[in-house]
Amino acid sequence: MFGKLDLSAIPFHEPIIMGTLVIVMLGGAALIAAITYYRKWTYLWREWLTSVDHKRIGVMYIILALVMLLRGFADALMMRAQQAIAANGSTGYLPPHHYDQIFTAHGVIMIFFVATPLILGLMNVVVPLQIGARDVAFPFVNSLSFWLSAVGAVLVMMSMFVGDFAATGWVAYPPLSELGYSPTVGVDYYIWSLQVSGLGTLLTGINLVVTILRMRAPGMTLMRMPVFTWTALITNILIIGVFPVLTATLALLSADRYLDMHFFTNELGGNAMMYINLIWVWGHPEVYILILPCFGAFSEIISTFSGKPLFGYKSMVYATSSIGVLSFFVWLHHFFTMGSGANVNAFFGIMTSIISIPTGVKLFNWLFTMFRGRIRYHSSVWWTIGFMVTFAIGGMTGVLLAVPGADFVLHNSLFLVAHFHNVIIGGVLFGCLAAIGFWFPKVFGFTLNEFWGKVSFWCWLVGFYLAFMPLYVLGLDGMTRRMNHYDDPAWQPWLVVALIGALVIACGIAALGIQLVVSIRNRNANLDMTGDPWDGRSLEWSTASPAPFYNFAHVPVITSLEPHWDAKKAGTAYVEPAAYEDIHMPRNTGAGFIIAAISLALCFALVWHIWPLAIVSLLGMIIAFIVRTYDRDVDYYVPAAEVAAIERARYARLPKTHPTAATRYDEAA
Amino acid sequence: MSTTLATAGHGHAEHDDGSMTTVGFWIYLMSDCLIFATLFATFGVLAGATAGGPGGRELFGLPFVLTETMLLLLSSFTFGAGMLGAAAGRRRVLVGWLAITFLLGLGFIAMEVHEFVELIHDGAGPSRSAFLSAYFGLVGTHGLHVLSGLVWLGVMMHQVLRFGLDGIVRRRLACLSLFWHFLDLIWICVFTFVYLREFTP
Amino acid sequence: MFASLFHRIYRPALRLAAVGGALLLQGCRLALFDPKGDIGNQERHLILLSTGLMLLVVIPVIALTLYFFWRYRATNTEATYAPEWSHSTAIEVVVWTIPCVIVAVLAVLIWRSTHALDPYKALASERPPLKVEVVALNWKWLFIYPDYGVATVNELVVPARTPIEFHLTADSLMNSFFIPRLGSQVYAMAGMETRLHLIADEVGTYAGRSSAYSGAGFSGMRFDTIAVSDADFADWIKRTRTSSPALTADGYHALTAPSEHEPARKFGNVETGLFEHVVDQFMPKAAGGEICGPSGTVARIPSALAPQRADTLPLTSPAKD
Repeated sequence: MFGKLDLSAIPFHEPIIMGTLVIVMLGGAALIAAITYYRKWTYLWREWLTSVDHKRIGVMYIILALVMLLRGFADALMMRAQQAIAANGSTGYLPPHHYDQIFTAHGVIMIFFVATPLILGLMNVVVPLQIGARDVAFPFVNSLSFWLSAVGAVLVMMSMFVGDFAATGWVAYPPLSELGYSPTVGVDYYIWSLQVSGLGTLLTGINLVVTILRMRAPGMTLMRMPVFTWTALITNILIIGVFPVLTATLALLSADRYLDMHFFTNELGGNAMMYINLIWVWGHPEVYILILPCFGAFSEIISTFSGKPLFGYKSMVYATSSIGVLSFFVWLHHFFTMGSGANVNAFFGIMTSIISIPTGVKLFNWLFTMFRGRIRYHSSVWWTIGFMVTFAIGGMTGVLLAVPGADFVLHNSLFLVAHFHNVIIGGVLFGCLAAIGFWFPKVFGFTLNEFWGKVSFWCWLVGFYLAFMPLYVLGLDGMTRRMNHYDDPAWQPWLVVALIGALVIACGIAALGIQLVVSIRNRNANLDMTGDPWDGRSLEWSTASPAPFYNFAHVPVITSLEPHWDAKKAGTAYVEPAAYEDIHMPRNTGAGFIIAAISLALCFALVWHIWPLAIVSLLGMIIAFIVRTYDRDVDYYVPAAEVAAIERARYARLPKTHPTAATRYDEAA
Repeated sequence: MSTTLATAGHGHAEHDDGSMTTVGFWIYLMSDCLIFATLFATFGVLAGATAGGPGGRELFGLPFVLTETMLLLLSSFTFGAGMLGAAAGRRRVLVGWLAITFLLGLGFIAMEVHEFVELIHDGAGPSRSAFLSAYFGLVGTHGLHVLSGLVWLGVMMHQVLRFGLDGIVRRRLACLSLFWHFLDLIWICVFTFVYLREFTP
Repeated sequence: MFASLFHRIYRPALRLAAVGGALLLQGCRLALFDPKGDIGNQERHLILLSTGLMLLVVIPVIALTLYFFWRYRATNTEATYAPEWSHSTAIEVVVWTIPCVIVAVLAVLIWRSTHALDPYKALASERPPLKVEVVALNWKWLFIYPDYGVATVNELVVPARTPIEFHLTADSLMNSFFIPRLGSQVYAMAGMETRLHLIADEVGTYAGRSSAYSGAGFSGMRFDTIAVSDADFADWIKRTRTSSPALTADGYHALTAPSEHEPARKFGNVETGLFEHVVDQFMPKAAGGEICGPSGTVARIPSALAPQRADTLPLTSPAKD
């Protein structure tokens, strides 16, 4: 009846987990009570859970990512504490079984449930606004995608309290991840959480590619697309290119575990090396999927706050596209030590170092965007500068790891761990935080508190260097990653410094929280009346802040790369149109939420081998889908009068004097 | 599952003349193609790993598979005939052809299930060797696709009768048609690389 | 007053210098910067050379970033402001050329060093290599000396200045065999055999371990590599042969049971062909000579094209030619 599930699945004997469970339950209860007390259930359902508005879905992605960041970071602190203690015969406070789950969960969560939703959220919010669209191509699919991602996150969180999580490392190499060596449900939680969220990511990829290719405002040719949209396009093409491989690979692993097949087993002809190849065919492009939109965000930020167009726009586009293509030809650098021939290793080493050419060009282009600019020191700019310096170092160590001869000694060491945190924190995370600060007013109508933003930046920057520079040193001293304890006493001081670094980062995360609270409390003092708080250049700054649900009252006609900047120069940016028209919009639907909720039941049933529930929920999902296809009331028209009322109120609020490009331009001339 | 999900985009029509859905569906098919590419690559690597168990030549009956292939090819033809009916606006003709297509697809699935059952019965199930895992994995995935295509066919026949040949139904029919032909194409590859390969000297 | 200023600045500076010096000193002792074998030496050289090459562009980029950031701050009205300027063919050519040149040099370096440091390549030496068969067990290392019929667990004794030819495999889980001070690591994987050539230049004890996570007992999967003189090695072999228990198939089977932090052990008489048996344990028993690898014959390249090993993706057991 309950498959493998019984009460022993709940780890009552683990005080850390039980404590967390109590906190989560209390927090959840408080949240539910608050929503009930303020009678917000209807609001929540109508305006958020069933929303197909790309901005709201984007915001929900980012909230999901920030919540999961807390969990992933708690894991990080526990690992750093363990390694700071567990020397000289001490085995620390975490037994291997728990520690191994923590580093696995940390990797999975940070990549799939923090970085990925941050990127997807940002693209969701920004791309339609930048291209002058009113929504994405398939709004219902968008809602479904988000909820599937959320289900993946819920599964990972559940695994902590019911059963266990994989203790295999975040890419779950067989044979360790095979049933014989990982007999508990941990790897199954891993498989199904990635399958369901990966499906959501793939659908978003298709959705955004069609949106960008088909829904650009008239006149916006490909070479008039903002750089962020360009990077989003390449990223989504990469998603479509590699997430199917992940889906297939994990499906084969589950065939081994569930159906006693032999794709990757030691026995009966299975081949574990094939899994390692396949997972990195997905895995390497995945890091470019994460970093490219951040490159785009940095480009927008540096150009806006320097008061100049981006230097070398075409170079940027070509660099981004070539990174996208090259990222498919480098996967083998993750296992130079698996015994491939020197020609193969050298080929993949050279291909990897070639990627540093377009990346280097990007750094130069940002440099020359600042050159002869008027840089305003906004916190987003600080994040950008922090990124440029940090990423240059991370890129260098990355190329070093791409040299097979060097990788033979650095592979799987803490040097590698330091390298990828260097590019993921210094690149992806800094990029997302910079982008959140930059686009926040467009979604919420007020700017974020600058003081706390800068505090957060400095904590993150200093904390990062403290936490990861020691790991470079330890890697050069031959310390391997994923060690529960070690016996070289010389390593301990470095690991204590790394722990201190992690604590400084914790302050940075706290500062982010404070920034959010302070900003919301003082929002009336920081309202963005113009819709253009940073003297922006691209289309999203031409509409109101917060952007109305239909984004643009009139679909704009584009004649240049920087339409809003040019409109400000021409003095046409804030001219109220004479008339409005009906706007065709998609209707909200609960179908995405409901289907995803059933998929949660399906995944849970599969993890625990509860076959009746699995069959019922699979049928439930299919039927829910079919029912949805019979729903013909999926869109509606916003009457012109309603649009007119919203727009007139906006023009009435517009300050009489607002910063325009023209005035700045005159000042310079 | 992903097959049915991809049809979800049809619900919406913001300045969509149908072309957006078609583009989206094409892209989905490309991604599905990559799933099959992965499975074909896996099969290629594991094809020789029979682990002392039976190989393809001992297991496969070419005439049987050829019949399966003919059923599927024929179903593509009948689907095409149905779409001609749809273009002419003749609902009953369309539904008739779709029903024939459905039966042919069902025949294909029945033959495949029969083949699988026989293999398992003969001790050549997917657990026997990596080669057989790869075989069942690849052919079975194609079979699941056909099965979801059948469900979709059934739904579309009902929608044609219920809603008539309006824009939404036509768009969905166009996607289903792409899907069905795509599965045919994949099967040709399966037939060539999995079955025929065993019988080439 | 002067003295207090002196103390305020000088003392901390001195302390900082002392700490820095200590770190630097320790830096010189870092395993990878203080190798004890030829392969490790070459790899150290390669790391330093590639880093230096890249610093040629990384340092100017960082310096320029900080300089431009400071120079073109909004409050600095002295600096030129060119709000329209966004293109310069000359600069574009330069920024594409610089990384291209660096990568071109790097590519040559990668090509040459990867071939020179190929773990499968035998080391040039007047002495014949010592053959050691390595089996990664859960969670310990078994070292078999096939030419001497002895074996050890978690302790590798080798003669200094003699090339060592490692043949590696795993009993079940994948591990990576790594002695940082001697150089390269290579994976040990079940059902297949990989190779590695290393040499120790000096007598000494060097830490070795698994550097690919393999489950709960992985952290304790370390061993000492003891490089001794030729005479001591001959002596050690003799003593081990005479005074240690034998390693039979049953004994090996007992060893495969998972255990952690296994102390060093010696075996005097090892059943011949044990290593081959471990490698081949997953091969079908019934098959004749046709099946020649766990992944079969399909992805293999005719040996005429690949005299050493198949130059394809690592999907087939590389050393089984």
